[in-house]
Amino acid sequence: MPTSDIILHEEDYLAIRDLIQRLRAEANARVVCLVDRNGQQIAAVGEVEGLDTTALASLAAGNVAATDSLARLIGERDFSALYHEGEKDNLHLSVVGGKVILLVIFGVRSSLGLVRLRVKKYTGELAVALERMQAQSKARSGKLAASPFAEITDADIDSLFGN
Amino acid sequence: MTFINYAAREINCKIVYYGPGLGGKTTNLKWIYGKSSPTSRGKLISLATETDRTLFFDFLPLDLGTIRGFKTRFHLYTVPGQVFYDASRKLILKGVDGVVFVADSQAARMEANAESLKNLQANLKEQGYDLAKLSYVLQLNKRDMSTAMPVEEMKRQLVIRNEPVFEAVAQNGAGVFDTLKAIARMVLVELKKTA
Repeated sequence: MPTSDIILHEEDYLAIRDLIQRLRAEANARVVCLVDRNGQQIAAVGEVEGLDTTALASLAAGNVAATDSLARLIGERDFSALYHEGEKDNLHLSVVGGKVILLVIFGVRSSLGLVRLRVKKYTGELAVALERMQAQSKARSGKLAASPFAEITDADIDSLFGN
Repeated sequence: MTFINYAAREINCKIVYYGPGLGGKTTNLKWIYGKSSPTSRGKLISLATETDRTLFFDFLPLDLGTIRGFKTRFHLYTVPGQVFYDASRKLILKGVDGVVFVADSQAARMEANAESLKNLQANLKEQGYDLAKLSYVLQLNKRDMSTAMPVEEMKRQLVIRNEPVFEAVAQNGAGVFDTLKAIARMVLVELKKTA
């Protein structure tokens, strides 16, 4: 298969969450979310209560994928950032390290300029953290079972379907 | 591409419903949404045209339960079936763990089925996947239509390996969950193999 599985361990998650929490505070944003390019949510911080972050992740990935294709159609490699302006809230999307999408929702307490500045500041740190996470995952996979599914039985799968 | 999240104790898999236009891919998802408990399903997102034709994709997140302390979540996607949306179909296939091909049983749609299946194989190949190795289920939908082709003839034309085949009438739910269970099982068994 062309892509390997993503494995997110507790300590990686905490490190990533710490970074996006700092970004959220410095950008005065409502929500900051990190999403993989296939639409899986990695971490979300801020006013996420009542927000369907699963749908948000899927739509953000679809949005970025469609826009990347548009970029290639006009001879660009990609568009580095997307901005959607609403009446009260706005959405800023950018790609980190070519692999994950950084999504920032912000309202009147912030501005596009501030968000862009802070996103730029944290993109490098996030890319480093993601690289480290990937390297550690690879190193770990040699030593212990990378997946909790290594030990599952047919009975476990049957129990999922109630038969 | 499966996403294993140790922090949230979750495992997420992506299943794509593929097939010709108006074959019943969205209807499959709507039925699953309607019959799943609100606690196990997320919102059904449909990016459709004004006439309810899928424009980009439908998306339904579904929790199937817990295995070994891990919540198993399946993200179900459909692709737009109409021929000219090929660029969108390619995007949706990225990171796929399992594919359901929803074939339209009506005799007049056999050519469209064959064309869509060929398109699926080509689009998967472009991204480095091989349909012969991927978790894959064939659903023969609209079995209630008076013009439905005999099952054996459809199998002869559409079966590409020894994939499970299900007869369905997605509009009233017949075969919908059997199809879903089969593909989910195949994806989980594959996970076990590669773990």
